[in-house]
Amino acid sequence: MSSTQSLTRSLIGRKVLMAVTGVVLLLFVLAHMAGNLHFFEGPKAIADYALFLRTVGAPVLGYGQALWIVRIVLIVSVLVHIWAAWSVTRASRAARPVGYKQLEKVETTYAARTMRWGGVIIFAFVVFHLLDLTFGSANPSYVHLDPYHNMVASFGRWPVAVSYLIAMGVLCLHMYHGIYSGFQTLGLNHPRYNRFRRGLAGAYAIIVAAGFAAVPVSILAGWMR
Amino acid sequence: MKLVLHVWRQAGPQAKGDFVRYEVPDASPDISFLELLDLLNESLIARRMEPIAFDHDCREGICGSCGVVINGRPHGPQRHTTACQLHLRSFQDGQEIWVEPWRAKAFPLVKDLVVDRSAFDRVIQSGGFITARTGSAPDANAVLVPKRDSDLAMDAAQCIGCGACVAACPNASATLFVAAKVSHLGLLPQGQPERYSRVVKMVETMDAEGFGACTNHGECMAACPKGISVDFIARLNRDYLKATLAPPPEGAGWSGAA
Amino acid sequence: MELKSAVPEGPIAEKWERHRFEMKLVNPANKRKHSIIVVGSGLAGASAAASMAELGYQVSCFCFQDSPRRAHSIAAQGGINAAKNYPNDGDSVYRLFYDTVKGGDFRSREANVYRLAQISVQIIDQCAAQGVPFAREYGGLLANRSFGGAQVSRTFYARGQTGQQLLLGAYQALSRQIGLGGVKMHPRTEMLDIIVVNGQARGIVVRDLVSGQISSHVADAVVLATGGYSNVYFLSTNAKGCNVTATWRAHKRGALFANPCYTQIHPTCIPVHGDHQSKLTLMSESLRNDGRVWVPKAKGDSRSPAQIPDAERDYYLERMYPSFGNLVPRDVASRRAKDMCDDGLGIGGGHQVYLDFRDAVKRLGPTVVAERYGNLFEMYQRITGEDPYQVPMRIYPAPHYTMGGLWVDYNLMSTIPGLHVIGEANFSDHGANRLGASALMQGLADGYFVIPYTIGNYVAQAKLPPVSTSDPEVKKVEAEVTEKIKKLLAINGTKSVDAFHRELGRLMWDQCGMSRNRAGLESAIDKVRAMRERFWKDVFVAGAGEDLNQSLEKAGRVADFFEFAELMCEDALHREESCGAHFREEYQTPDGEAKRDDARFSFVSAWEFAGVGAAPKLSKEPLEFDYVHLAQRSYK
Ligand SMILES: Cc1cc2nc3c(=O)[nH]c(=O)nc-3n(C[C@H](O)[C@H](O)[C@H](O)COP(=O)(O)OP(=O)(O)OC[C@H]3O[C@@H](n4cnc5c(N)ncnc54)[C@H](O)[C@@H]3O)c2cc1C
Ligand code: HEM
Ligand code: HEM
Ligand code: SF4
Ligand code: F3S
Ligand code: FES
Repeated sequence: MSSTQSLTRSLIGRKVLMAVTGVVLLLFVLAHMAGNLHFFEGPKAIADYALFLRTVGAPVLGYGQALWIVRIVLIVSVLVHIWAAWSVTRASRAARPVGYKQLEKVETTYAARTMRWGGVIIFAFVVFHLLDLTFGSANPSYVHLDPYHNMVASFGRWPVAVSYLIAMGVLCLHMYHGIYSGFQTLGLNHPRYNRFRRGLAGAYAIIVAAGFAAVPVSILAGWMR
Repeated sequence: MKLVLHVWRQAGPQAKGDFVRYEVPDASPDISFLELLDLLNESLIARRMEPIAFDHDCREGICGSCGVVINGRPHGPQRHTTACQLHLRSFQDGQEIWVEPWRAKAFPLVKDLVVDRSAFDRVIQSGGFITARTGSAPDANAVLVPKRDSDLAMDAAQCIGCGACVAACPNASATLFVAAKVSHLGLLPQGQPERYSRVVKMVETMDAEGFGACTNHGECMAACPKGISVDFIARLNRDYLKATLAPPPEGAGWSGAA
Repeated sequence: MELKSAVPEGPIAEKWERHRFEMKLVNPANKRKHSIIVVGSGLAGASAAASMAELGYQVSCFCFQDSPRRAHSIAAQGGINAAKNYPNDGDSVYRLFYDTVKGGDFRSREANVYRLAQISVQIIDQCAAQGVPFAREYGGLLANRSFGGAQVSRTFYARGQTGQQLLLGAYQALSRQIGLGGVKMHPRTEMLDIIVVNGQARGIVVRDLVSGQISSHVADAVVLATGGYSNVYFLSTNAKGCNVTATWRAHKRGALFANPCYTQIHPTCIPVHGDHQSKLTLMSESLRNDGRVWVPKAKGDSRSPAQIPDAERDYYLERMYPSFGNLVPRDVASRRAKDMCDDGLGIGGGHQVYLDFRDAVKRLGPTVVAERYGNLFEMYQRITGEDPYQVPMRIYPAPHYTMGGLWVDYNLMSTIPGLHVIGEANFSDHGANRLGASALMQGLADGYFVIPYTIGNYVAQAKLPPVSTSDPEVKKVEAEVTEKIKKLLAINGTKSVDAFHRELGRLMWDQCGMSRNRAGLESAIDKVRAMRERFWKDVFVAGAGEDLNQSLEKAGRVADFFEFAELMCEDALHREESCGAHFREEYQTPDGEAKRDDARFSFVSAWEFAGVGAAPKLSKEPLEFDYVHLAQRSYK
């Protein structure tokens, strides 16, 4: 078989797909988190930002086109990411038909062990999240292009806000191991920098998760209304 | 010292297995874990029972024959130590010890604690070598090897093929074993001509043998009696990516490519 | 029987060259038609199987481990010699040849040793090309060290795992051939007999160690590379599986056994600590380069080593052998340790002496010491729980290597035509004592560079009528093997195989170990016979024949050790001189050095089997020394 076919068929190849799509998702959440911070500049700022997201690239691109490009990239990434995750998970399950009575954990982290379920939770979260803040169907009083209002309305319900926070925790773990793991999968290692990889993964994961959490927290705490 | 062992007994691949409880009333802390099994076996023979089958040969931590999971740790609790070099000092008097075989689809069980690791041999057969027909070699000093490279190659080459990495891996992945060989040969100038064909073939065989995927848990490194580093896994992935995504031209690392 | 060594004519330096020219070649097309059986996948077996398959022969290779990579060669630590003279310190083929003959105390065949020295040079090239990560200098050149008493630095090494790396190199070459279909590998398969059809070795009978199935394999020639028999002592530095079975059963079919009493006792091993000990661990000889051997001067000095000042320490090797000091050959170092302990000067009155690195650490600093011996120190600490950087190592000699083996001619062929024997299994190159780092060299020389030629010479000339596994001769041998297994299982006595093996081992160690004497040997022979009878009456072999049965495997091997042990004592008894590792108390110089008797014993003793318990027949291969002049070894 040709070497390129080998890449798509082999488990390492699938891990690479997972890593690459993972990176896309990482960049997205970072950008999204940054965008969300406009929230603290008040309703107008973030509405403008929402509008900007749809008008960016004009006149070359029509209204919302840029956004759609991003959406397509995201959808594809998520699908590929999930498919790859699912297929390597299956292979690994099959690789140990008879389990141990006990297998001690020495090196592995909680994050590493929860990647699979974590991913599923994140996925579920995203679905709800879209219904809540993009389509509005899960939102008490959804107003198109008024994210400020929508968020306040949504996070005013404490259970929602809390579940968002939990999702952020899961995402944080997923990113922490995901980033380190991605370094390994993509062969990015160097004796001089290896010791920074985990730290970098942690920093990235915490910044993104914390940035996201800031919104529901501040609404829940009643600082913003 | 007194020890209570729960040892996995299984008459054959098809037979159903289970833990059997044994007591060793008076073991000296200075004997090795395998000597403990010898002792137990002697007592079984004395009671006209069939002794426990377990693989072993050198009893010096170098042949890679021995290997059992002791209280959830392949080769037992002591780092960088094979079961044959593990001494009872690392246990407390009266401790309960659970002994299981390596568990992986690619390592089918043969009997009791003995498993079939020939999958490793097939991985090597598929490409884990440097083609150097006997008699065809240039003077050994004709090719210089920077000390740094040969030391690093030696770090990887120390693998004893015991399979503890697979046993310890939550995914039963053989990545560390394959990474060690790919790195050992790929780091040396002599290994360059086959560098990329080698990594592709070995990775394909590894999958075909039914090992799992590496999700970078690092348990393999912790269990490895030679402390082979997961850095070699990144190196394996890097070489594999090079070979598959940006294949260097024929000749450069492709000799013998299928 | 008259022994034809088949040494070629001409000056020693040209013999091999000339022989290679005179040997018959098999044309490439015909090589495919010839099948060869290699028993053993150690350095000798793996390198031979791979090299012969590369030439086009159909090779089948057998080993009892679950993978060829686990052969006992893997355990070799210190290094491999070669006359490269890279350090430019005056080494040469001739010097390596000279040192080996002298080190072997003038009991080896000059022509073979010279060839070994010549080939040594190619071995390093071959291994480096295979990717063996030998130690290097910063410039990228190969590093060398002085080893086991050599006064030149001719030893190549890969940390403390030279044997492992060399074997993996050979194993990888073998694996390549397995992948290409040139070699059919049979792991977990034990050879239990050889098949001799009208005078020629034509196959082997084996037991599949997993299914217990007995089967036969036929070929045009058989190569035994089955290693040494140190485990006759039960406790040795050899792997547990090492055995005499393959060579012994070949012996019983007519192959002469040479110099069985030449067994090497390695000076630096971790002392025995208890009754349940299953093997002894070697601490590489390279440690003697920087470690100093001593015992307290005062008997029963119970102070901890640190509290014993230099004045009250006896660095006995440095005292007795000023010029070689701690680097005297193995047999000398071992015997002196024994003397000290027999005189009650051993640590705590026991059988152990100190190997001290205090001064080395002072001189070189801990980092350099760690760089050189790090992994050996770790191994020592793992086993003993003591840290050699802080307290001196405790060591004592242990059985390690066997110079004796099946008699072979210059072509490495035994007295059974077609049966070739390579590596530690033959008697060829080390005489009465092997120099450190020379076994790896010999194993690889035999496998890579000698047997591939000489096997061709044999199959090209021999008449080889077709044989099939269904021939009566074959079936007969199969039946005998099956019978023997049935018998072992049927005894159903009371004592375990290991119990018998321990008993035999202790006897051999006391009476036929580091030093021997007539009375002891005579009594040993009687005792061995008695034990052997008890074994066949009272051993209990658990489990069934058609199954993975490790007790049964051991039982077969121990049964052969029992028969072999008797021959070993016979040989030691017959050789009324002290040479190399064979020390007869009756024959020593006033200052306790080995005293050879060249007038009466300058020959190879090759024994012919005459039935169990019957006196074996002795044939002699006289040894002439035209190049190295007979001299009393002196390391003073
Ligand atoms: C601890 C230790 C350290 C050493 N260090 C050094 C050193 O530093 N330098 C040096 O030069 N030498 C050293 N030696 C000696 C050297 O390692 C051996 O002499 C050499 O490796 C023997 O190689 P071999 O191929 O002849 O046999 P082995 O490596 O012993 O191989 C024997 C093979 O035969 C097979 N076999 C045996 N019997 C049967 C049977 N009945 N049926 C089927 N298969 C069978 C086994 O499976 C194995 O594959 C050391 C030895 C020991 C024990
Ligand atoms: C949508 C549902 C998701 C699922 C089911 C999922 C599942 C997984 C799984 C099982 C892995 C492999 C574990 C490992 O290799 O250690 C993984 C890896 C990864 N995931 Fe996700 N994930 C999801 C979403 C995300 C998101 C939103 C991000 C980014 C914020 C992300 C980033 C990563 C990264 C970077 C990796 C590392 C890839 C590698 O190890 O090479 N994933 N994911
Ligand atoms: C508390 C944290 C979050 C808040 C407050 C938040 C807020 C929002 C808002 C207001 C929108 C609508 C934007 C618009 O329609 O103009 C949105 C869209 C979206 N968010 Fe979030 N988000 C959060 C976390 C996340 C996370 C963790 C993910 C992914 C893992 C995510 C993925 C998305 C996606 C995919 C969209 C749709 C973008 C589009 O195509 O319109 N969000 N988010
Ligand atoms: S990598 Fe380590 S654990 Fe795995 S086979 Fe090699 S030595 Fe054993
Ligand atoms: S434990 Fe398994 S997941 Fe990878 S890093 Fe080691 S192979
Ligand atoms: S028996 Fe050889 S490594 Fe344990």
